[in-house]
Amino acid sequence: MSENNGRESGFKGLRLVPRAEATYKMKDFKSDQEVRWCPGCGDYAILAAFQGFLPELGVPRENIVIVSGIGCSSRFPYYLSTYGMHSIHGRAPAIATGLAASRPDLSVWVITGDGDGLSIGGNHLIHALRRNVNINVLLFNNRIYGLTKGQYSPTSEAGKITKSSPMGSLDTPFNPVSLALGAEAGFVARTIDSDRQHLTSVLRAAADHEGASFVEIYQNCPIFNDDAFEPLKDPAERDMRLLRMEHGEPLRVGADRGVVMGDYGELKVADIAEVGEDALVRHDAHRADPGYAFALSRMDYPAFEHVPIGVFRDTSRPTYDELMAEQLGGAESRGGAEELASLLAGGDTWTVR
Amino acid sequence: MTKQVKQLDRVIIRFAGDSGDGMQLTGDRFTQETASFGNDLSTLPNFPAEIRAPAGTLPGVSSFQLHFADHDIMTPGDAPNVLVAMNPAALKANVDDLPGGATVIVNTDEFTKRALAKVGYDSDPLTDGSLAEFKVSPVPLTSMTVQALADFDISKKDAQRAKNMFALGLLSWMYNRPTEGTLGFLKSKFAGKPEILAANLAAFQAGWNFGETTEDFAVSYEIKPAALPPGTYRNITGNLAVSYGLIAGSRLSGLPLFLGSYPITPASDILHELSKHKRMGVRTFQAEDEIAGVGAALGAAFGGSLGVTTTSGPGMVLKAETLGLAVMTELPLLVIDVQRAGPSTGMPTKTEQADLLMAMFGRNGESPVPVLAPRSPSDCFDIAIEATRIATKYRTPVIVLSDGYLANGSEPWRIPDVSELPDLSVEFTTEPNGDDGEFLPYRRDPETLARPWAVPGTPGLEHRIGGIEKGDGTGNISYSPANHDLMVRSRQAKIDGIARDIPELEVDDPTGDARVLVLGWGGTYGSIGAGVRRVRRAGGKVAQAHLRHLNPFPANLGEVLGSYDRVLVPEINLGQLALLLRGRFLVDVISYTKVRGLPFKAEELAGVVQEVIDRV
Ligand SMILES: Cc1ncc(C[n+]2csc(CCOP(=O)(O)OP(=O)(O)O)c2C)c(N)n1
Ligand code: SF4
Ligand SMILES: [Mg+2]
Repeated sequence: MSENNGRESGFKGLRLVPRAEATYKMKDFKSDQEVRWCPGCGDYAILAAFQGFLPELGVPRENIVIVSGIGCSSRFPYYLSTYGMHSIHGRAPAIATGLAASRPDLSVWVITGDGDGLSIGGNHLIHALRRNVNINVLLFNNRIYGLTKGQYSPTSEAGKITKSSPMGSLDTPFNPVSLALGAEAGFVARTIDSDRQHLTSVLRAAADHEGASFVEIYQNCPIFNDDAFEPLKDPAERDMRLLRMEHGEPLRVGADRGVVMGDYGELKVADIAEVGEDALVRHDAHRADPGYAFALSRMDYPAFEHVPIGVFRDTSRPTYDELMAEQLGGAESRGGAEELASLLAGGDTWTVR
Repeated sequence: MTKQVKQLDRVIIRFAGDSGDGMQLTGDRFTQETASFGNDLSTLPNFPAEIRAPAGTLPGVSSFQLHFADHDIMTPGDAPNVLVAMNPAALKANVDDLPGGATVIVNTDEFTKRALAKVGYDSDPLTDGSLAEFKVSPVPLTSMTVQALADFDISKKDAQRAKNMFALGLLSWMYNRPTEGTLGFLKSKFAGKPEILAANLAAFQAGWNFGETTEDFAVSYEIKPAALPPGTYRNITGNLAVSYGLIAGSRLSGLPLFLGSYPITPASDILHELSKHKRMGVRTFQAEDEIAGVGAALGAAFGGSLGVTTTSGPGMVLKAETLGLAVMTELPLLVIDVQRAGPSTGMPTKTEQADLLMAMFGRNGESPVPVLAPRSPSDCFDIAIEATRIATKYRTPVIVLSDGYLANGSEPWRIPDVSELPDLSVEFTTEPNGDDGEFLPYRRDPETLARPWAVPGTPGLEHRIGGIEKGDGTGNISYSPANHDLMVRSRQAKIDGIARDIPELEVDDPTGDARVLVLGWGGTYGSIGAGVRRVRRAGGKVAQAHLRHLNPFPANLGEVLGSYDRVLVPEINLGQLALLLRGRFLVDVISYTKVRGLPFKAEELAGVVQEVIDRV
């Protein structure tokens, strides 16, 4: 295990990870494995953005670990030249928890899908978030089960017609951002596969956050759920819907509209001409109370009328790894035969001669 | 009045009372007194399934049985010579286990009409003659305790509560036990409550004095210390021994210990114990479920920790998929299954050994995993170390099958000298191993067939592992038919090869010409051994062998099986080892099974063995 060589990464979330000697380029993070997603799959764009971003971390390649579950998205680790584990369906947050809690010198990323992370692995996801283990969770939401060829997922809209729901699905979908906020996540963000610049800025913010960060990435699956996010991509419509959150800035939708707060703390979009510039809510991602971030997360629900993207919440509290290290009191299990001997000989003993 | 002192070679005492009566504590203290006196001993606690069943009812009875002797013994004993019954429920629940002539000490204060009716006694067994075959000592334990504490500034309820200490004092006098340990224990337990401490000490003393002065107890007993091998001893339960074995395994291997676990009876005490030792570098993680427990342990193992998960049957089932991942990723992982009666929730507080086939085969695909089973509470320590050795050397998950009987039962343990323990140091791979300077995460060691363990943070050895079939050597995804066939066989060969690296099966056959072999595994060792001794004392010839390694089996097992006319296999399941032996060795073993949630009785097994001998 490499020692922290005294120079810290610039990212707060990587405080305990050593700083790289080398400067990396994007190509340094490409593995020799052929990428095998369907042509046009949104996963390609996310992979490219991620590979392009990793050099920025400034940590040695060997100190980065990608842990994924099962799904198209979870093939991710194979295409990166870091350490990685392509684990089993839904369990990546649990596996990453064990790794991160025992190795604070690693930058650990969890790659999951809407089925992997919210269906079979929903339990692990919420618990990893509430514990605030120092991991970054990227949830690729294509609102469908891709790998198993197109069944509805926990984020599919109600009534969705798929192979397993020929008469329309009966389930009410999860809103992943609301769920993460309800699970006490300290960092929650959303971005889109098609906007590389935005995606990269969110990755940057996630890496900077100490503790668990949760990023929902809207990802297009052209084969089984094509154009699921088209309203957010179509240049004509997009500016009417996208709400780009910037900490400290007024929340605007396009040039003429913005977000105001209603009597009960709910958020709604109004014409600036009507309410005046001063009535606009200024985005504050650092609010300790998650109520405001939750209200933001409900704006697009259930359709895509107004979709906030960017960082909903970025607050800090001690990480699980740190707290565990504190309880260990710096003890490391190497050597110390006397300590073991005195443990074994504790309690009431007697001697036979 | 000087009283008569009688010598005995062994005694079995059962303390029984309401779950609120403190019987486990009483039994535990008597055990510690007995241990420090130097007797050999073996204990069997029996808890009610409910946390607080209604007072005075049969389901609320909690008991603790202790067998101690002036020679080495193997079990907590079949039937108690002495029953201490704190109320009618305790008498009713236990009286059928008593042999004629047994002593019954009853707390007469609790034998009220109402209490008797509650457990269905139509008349008072103390007066209706139904206990005629026993030596009954009626003692008004509660009122005498209250009387002895009359001058203390404590509530009547607290005074009554001290009656277990009165009982302990009385029994300690009867069997001439040293009392310093108990006095010291009470002093530290009630350090912050001087009045309660004084009351408990007084109750204990009053019980002792009562024995010494009353005419009802004319005799006290002496059981000489046992001639155990020299050394320093402590009394230890199976769960504590597992915990210590894991910490030792971590120290001996130089790997930090990481436990991922979810509470479940009867395994939780391992989680509790290890959680106390954070300062020794032990990381414990109480997960959201058993899947996360084993997942986190595997994640930690990927990072270079000694990953451990502890559970019981229902949790074991949940871990199956992750165990398969550990088989595929070939990472060391320890899985401790403290078996309990199943299926499903079964009987959580009762013992069984019915998870063997699940441990062997309970995963999809060809998924071989080494399986070990401790044979006694103290053997849990050695088994945990052996599991560490196999897991780290062969880069494989290892399943340890303990059980409820071993977990909570206790016996004297000769504390090992740390320098006697094996060196298990692990070398992580730090250099490329390929012929062209590349790293091949699935290039196997030619001898052990283990793959390299290169942990994140090691420069130049970045690699990806996972559950999809691995290409031989490279570890890249492979769907090649020939490669899959090779990998399935290689994983199997790796586990099979461990047989060359474990001790041969030892057979205990004192006359050397027995024609019948009794073969057991796991927690039945004591009962089988005690049964075999009885047969031998009566002149019967029988050989005994006991398996601690169940996968792979010791290399000489086939040969051993072949050298006896008949092989008897007693198990607390419906014949799981028997099935394996028949399938593997084509030997028609005789399977003897019982699934009552209780250990075998020595006498019962002696009868079964004798019958087999008589038929050859
Ligand atoms: C235990 C288990 N159950 C079911 C599956 C089958 N399975 C694989 S991926 C998947 C759903 C994947 O959906 P999602 O997480 O949304 O990933 P995507 O393919 O859409 O990226 C399912 C049901 C499995 N591999 N393991
Ligand atoms: S099925 Fe959909 S999500 Fe999966 S690789 Fe193809 S396009 Fe991508
Ligand atoms: Mg999906």
